[in-house]
Amino acid sequence: MNEHQLRGLIARVKAGDLTRRAFVHKMLALGLTAPMATQMLDYCGVARAQGSFNYKPSKRGGGGALKVLWWQGATLLNPHFAVGTKDQEGSRIFYEPLAAWDGDGELVPILAAEIPSRQNGGLSADGLSVTWKLKRDVKWHDGKAFTADDCVFNWEYASDPATAAVTIGSYKDVKVQKLDDYSIVVRFAKPTPFWADAFVGTRGMLIPKHLFADFAGAKSRDAPTNLKPIGTGPYKFADFKPGDLVRGEINTNYHRENRPYFDSIEMKGGGDAISAARAVIQTGEYDYAWNMQVEDEILQRLEKGGKGVAVITAGGNIEHIQLNSTDPWTEVDGERASAKTKHPILSDEAVRQALAMLVDRQSVQDHIYGRTGVATGNFVNNPERFVSKTTKWEFNVDKAGQVLEAAGWKKGGDGIRAKDGKKLKFVFQTSINTPRQKTQAIIKQACQKAGIDLELKSVVASVFFSSDVANPDTYTHFYCDLQMYTTTMTQPDPELFMNQFTSWEVATKDNKWQGRNITRWKSEEYDKVFRAAEGELDPVKRAALFIKMNELVVADRVVIPVVYRPRVAAIASKLKAPLSGWDNDLWLLADWYREA
Amino acid sequence: MDGSTPASPSVDVAPGGLRRARPVSPGFEAWRRFRRHRLALASAVILALMIAAIVLGPSLWPVAINDIDFTARLNGPTWSHPFGTDDLGQDLLARMLYGGRISLAVGLAAMAVAILVGTLIGAIAGMSRGWVGSALMWLTDLFLSLPPLPLLLLVIYLFRDFLKGLFGAEGGIFILIVAVIGGLRWMPVARLVRAQFLSLREKEFVEAARALGASKSRQVVRHILPNALGPVIVAGTIDVAAAIIAESTLSFLGLGFPPDTPTWGRILYDAKDYLDIAPHWALLPGAAIFLAVLSINFIGDGLRDAFDPRKVM
Amino acid sequence: MGSYLLRRLLIAVPSLLGISVVLFTVLALAPGDPFEELATNPAVPPEVRTALRIKFGLDDPIALRYLRWLAAMLGGDWGFSFVSRVDVGALILQRLPTTLFVIGSSQLLAILIAMPVGIFAATRPYSIFDQITTTFAFVGFSLPTFFTGLLFILVFSIWLDWLPFVYRSDISANGWQWYLEHARQAIMPIAVLALFQAASLTRYVRSAMLDVIRLDYVTTARAKGLGERVVILKHVVRNALIPVVTLVALQMPAIFGGAIVTEQIFRVPGIGSLLISSILANDTPVVMAVTFVFACLVVVFNLIADILYGWLDPRITFG
Repeated sequence: MNEHQLRGLIARVKAGDLTRRAFVHKMLALGLTAPMATQMLDYCGVARAQGSFNYKPSKRGGGGALKVLWWQGATLLNPHFAVGTKDQEGSRIFYEPLAAWDGDGELVPILAAEIPSRQNGGLSADGLSVTWKLKRDVKWHDGKAFTADDCVFNWEYASDPATAAVTIGSYKDVKVQKLDDYSIVVRFAKPTPFWADAFVGTRGMLIPKHLFADFAGAKSRDAPTNLKPIGTGPYKFADFKPGDLVRGEINTNYHRENRPYFDSIEMKGGGDAISAARAVIQTGEYDYAWNMQVEDEILQRLEKGGKGVAVITAGGNIEHIQLNSTDPWTEVDGERASAKTKHPILSDEAVRQALAMLVDRQSVQDHIYGRTGVATGNFVNNPERFVSKTTKWEFNVDKAGQVLEAAGWKKGGDGIRAKDGKKLKFVFQTSINTPRQKTQAIIKQACQKAGIDLELKSVVASVFFSSDVANPDTYTHFYCDLQMYTTTMTQPDPELFMNQFTSWEVATKDNKWQGRNITRWKSEEYDKVFRAAEGELDPVKRAALFIKMNELVVADRVVIPVVYRPRVAAIASKLKAPLSGWDNDLWLLADWYREA
Repeated sequence: MDGSTPASPSVDVAPGGLRRARPVSPGFEAWRRFRRHRLALASAVILALMIAAIVLGPSLWPVAINDIDFTARLNGPTWSHPFGTDDLGQDLLARMLYGGRISLAVGLAAMAVAILVGTLIGAIAGMSRGWVGSALMWLTDLFLSLPPLPLLLLVIYLFRDFLKGLFGAEGGIFILIVAVIGGLRWMPVARLVRAQFLSLREKEFVEAARALGASKSRQVVRHILPNALGPVIVAGTIDVAAAIIAESTLSFLGLGFPPDTPTWGRILYDAKDYLDIAPHWALLPGAAIFLAVLSINFIGDGLRDAFDPRKVM
Repeated sequence: MGSYLLRRLLIAVPSLLGISVVLFTVLALAPGDPFEELATNPAVPPEVRTALRIKFGLDDPIALRYLRWLAAMLGGDWGFSFVSRVDVGALILQRLPTTLFVIGSSQLLAILIAMPVGIFAATRPYSIFDQITTTFAFVGFSLPTFFTGLLFILVFSIWLDWLPFVYRSDISANGWQWYLEHARQAIMPIAVLALFQAASLTRYVRSAMLDVIRLDYVTTARAKGLGERVVILKHVVRNALIPVVTLVALQMPAIFGGAIVTEQIFRVPGIGSLLISSILANDTPVVMAVTFVFACLVVVFNLIADILYGWLDPRITFG
């Protein structure tokens, strides 16, 4: 899919020939995110669609208690320190951003009066600034008014390195100025194609200046409001027990009418995914449970009771297997898997090709993930029509064997193939997680039939995903041949996601393995395309460049995609809740209601 | 011998003259008494059968343990799969036989480590009247306070590669697991043994032995220890069950055998979410653990009764 | 006895210090990172993580960190959780009532079940009663708590729908309704834990009783014409209690440490779940505080057990 074809599709949307949603779907197939797709359409002047969520209740309150289960409990309630989505969701009950992403990747104004665009003058032609108009008559929970000063403060707070906010990435390269009490302008240092980052979505929640001003910089973690949030959201703070419970009560001064429906919300943490599923779907003790990492077969059984359902929301997460480009078994300068080495076996194209044919994605989808995982062969989800020209996923043990045979890998007495004294033996690691272990078992069996021996290794998640410099089991160290996990793509812009294949991001001992290129793959062509995309203002051209980057990665079989994993939540039958894969689950909490 | 008092009141003098009784060693006597404890005997037989099954089974039932067959998932017992199948269609009988080796070996070995270390420390502490006892009790308190999880992660991190290098992959892991499980369960045994010793060392028969000139170690080994063994045997049986389960818990920390190794504890854990769908999957390893532990317990009971001089059998 | 007690108490302080050094070192050396979630988030630049590590003093040498911790502890400051920046003391106090209620009741229940059953079984060894209780005891400790917990949930929450299985520490009801609701949600975790404990405790009680019941002085007591009940309760039980006291003392600190698996299954917000989540998140101040209190309890209860030995068996002397 090149730029020309992309423009053709956009023209069809403009002419009404293709729905916005279908276009977004196609873009998802190519590795782009929904927000990126909608930005493309906006740039080309395609009229925005109306949100499709119907909020029915005609008065505020009266709905009783809303009980939600997050099997990882929130541990702090300041969105700028949120370590992981659980804390973002806990904060989202009380705080709001200027705008949020809905399930289709469209921007929805929350604290903003409208979404900036070229037509209404919000977006400058040179891509260097965005002007936001703020909603009037919005009050913080303690009664003070929400103004532009609060937005400017949030920018100062987050961009100050002494605060050590996790949202710093979105705010450090911009300057925010107050135009008047209800409008601000965000200025970029260089033309920025993807402007909807600061003040939007998970990293855009706003905290009140008047309560945090004394606690900026180094004192930021001492603010009492960190534990007793005062925001603009639909619920006021009631109680917080870290790791266990967050409780909120209805905000009677909420800035959108007739909302919220529920009188209180209780977010309970702890436990595991499957008992959370049971609590919502089987016993009805809770109304909503997040992130159901449960085998679909079990979910379907639970759904038979009729009290709840599992809801699947499109997002961008891909469960994939990484192939090490370097040699993890040789030590160079005190470092294994050093970028100076090359993997003796995996650098053979035939071996990589064979491995790609030994992943039984269909079985993994059918028997392990079910609806919660869709088999894919691109590093981006791949329904029906958009198969990359150079790769096609198939599962064929015999063919894999033939490929290996043809390349000189002959079976030895123990059934394992070898060539030049090197055996096809690999160590395959992943984190501890039942569906992953089952996937490993399936792949191991197929490999065994083709003559490849896999030793399975599983590492406890908190160690696998840690950034500990001394621990050899982390995924960034990659001290084995193959590893498998899910990369999340809930960042609206894929640029941050795709930089994990650039050569300057290679994780090495020198950068304490903080580099994001874990496979240590290097390709000059990829680097060139990436640099080009960084500076490209035209979102359509940029999209074409991203698609090309995807093709390069998949064609060289740097990674073997397994299943695309949308978000799965369990929701009580009568509860109506709009969900989005591009923002937090609670992005529109104010609009949740229960049908009578 | 003529003129000496018979040692045991059960030695009969045959009517019609003196007949020299065949000398009976204590070991043989114990075995004879053990044989009369019916439950212990039955349990010994059961345990022997289990061990035989595990050792010989895989050659008699040559089904692969990881043959994934999606057409036969979660089936109950049938002729082709006498124990049924799990959710990947793997044959449970084969998996239980294979995993049983590891589970029983780990269970028995870890129990042995815990009992030996605990008894040793408890005996020394129980006999000492000075600082040695206090120091050993401090050590016991220390181990009791250590949180197992960070300790395990640390141990794995420090020793795994070293042991792998010395004993090979499987051997290294086995030693590590047994050391870790046994090393975290000896403390209750030590305290129990010490408590028994504190009480027993003041008893008259020990005083008598001391008066006869028995050295301390002889007092301990021949007089006190046999009487202190009651709680030790109970601890032993409980430890076997705990060790089998602990091994599966360790596999969740990445320590332990690779995740596809079907130890009994692991099968139980994998099956727990399917209790209402496929109960056979969980009940079988549970029953196996139960049976192993039960038989070890009755054997222990039998052994204790066999060696107990007071009990008349 | 008095001087022995004094001596033990004096030794307790340095012994606890020694334990705290070892605990701290183990925690400091254990792999893992309090800020690992930041590592997987591509939007967080590494400078932020480094800044946080420096702020919390994570890169200082271990000895320095230990002394800092010790000084703070002695001053009554238990530190702040890395993860949520809440005062550690407050975190523990939040969870203490629930832990005492659930875990404490289960320990009590376990003792109340194990003692009579064990005693009675010992008086009639190998009878039907004994064999049945033995079997149940074995089933009890052969099956791990995660299994029995799930079984209970399946039976009582899902099939019978009698009891809720998610524990909520704040129930908004009044009067006896509140007690009823609390009891309903607490029965299952308490039962699971109590049965597991009672299973092993019963075996110990029975074994200890059997050891004593055949001794000569029991026969003497019977020969004196004392009723069976008096013989058992006054003579046998008291002497058989030594192992039981040892075990109960070993179990008491667990009331504070909580029961990790059961708390996880039923979502009981106890100290056990606080401990495990802090360990997994490498939240060292919380782990250190909890394990230190746990260590103090271990030392105290073992001391109490030692004193009780002297009362149960007057012949026991220390030193």
